[in-house]
Amino acid sequence: MSIEVRIPTILRSYTGGAKAVEGSGDTLAGLLSDLESRHGGLRERLVDDGGLRRFVNVYLNDEDVRFLGGLDAPVRDGDTVTVLPAVAGGAS
Amino acid sequence: MLTISSALQAEIVAHARADHPDEACGVLAGPAGSDRPERFIPMTNAERSPTFYRFDSMEQLKVWREMDERDEEPVVIYHSHSATEAYPSRTDIAYASEPGAHYVLVSTRAPAETEFRSFRIVDGTVTEEEVRLGPDATAGTAPGNPRGTAAGPATGAAPE
Repeated sequence: MSIEVRIPTILRSYTGGAKAVEGSGDTLAGLLSDLESRHGGLRERLVDDGGLRRFVNVYLNDEDVRFLGGLDAPVRDGDTVTVLPAVAGGAS
Repeated sequence: MLTISSALQAEIVAHARADHPDEACGVLAGPAGSDRPERFIPMTNAERSPTFYRFDSMEQLKVWREMDERDEEPVVIYHSHSATEAYPSRTDIAYASEPGAHYVLVSTRAPAETEFRSFRIVDGTVTEEEVRLGPDATAGTAPGNPRGTAAGPATGAAPE
C-alpha cells in the first residue's frame, strides 16, 4: 500500500496531525474508502452524494482529478494524491 | 494584527485596481511560522467575475507546492470586492479554509480611495484585526536598521 495522500492543514485533525498518509486502491473512490478505515471522517469532507465536493481540489500527481474521471480516476502504487481546499469567495 | 510592508500593500491595491470591476485575488507567502508576509503572488481569478473569485486549481497546486518547497505558507490570502465594502461576505466565510491566514479584503468601489482591511476567519467567525504598515520585508533581516527604501509611515513595527 503505497499511494501517498497529502493532507491540507485544515483536515489534519483527521490524520492525527500528519501532513501525509498512505493508502491503497484501484480508483480514487477505493483509495478514499481505504483511508476512511484509518482516518474516520476524512472521506465525508471530500465527497458528498454528488461526488467530489465542489470546493475541494484533489490532484492525482500533477493533474486535477476532475479531468481524470473524478472518483473513478484510476490510481496505482507510487502515485501521489494531493488535497487542497479551493480558495474561493466573493461579494455575492 | 497584520504587519505588512507598504510595498506589498501597494502591490495588492494595484492588482485590485487593474482587475476592477472583476474581483482580484492572490496570496502573500512568508516563512512558515513567521506570520510575516514577504512574497507577492497574484493569482488568476478562474471565475473572472465581479462578484465571485476562485483560484485556478492548477495554478493553486503549482503555487502551494512551491511554498512547500520553500518552507513557506500562505500568510495572507487577499481578494477584492469591486462594488461592496471590504468586509467578508457570507460566501467568503463559508469557503474560508486557512484558519492560520490573514484574510485581506480590498474594496475598489470608490475610484479615488481603496479600502484595505484584514480579518481572521475561523470556524465561521470573523474577527477584524489592525493593519500595521511595517518596513519592506527585504529589509527585515536587520531589525531596527531598515534600508533607505520607502517604508511609508512605519508606525513602529515591532522588531522580530
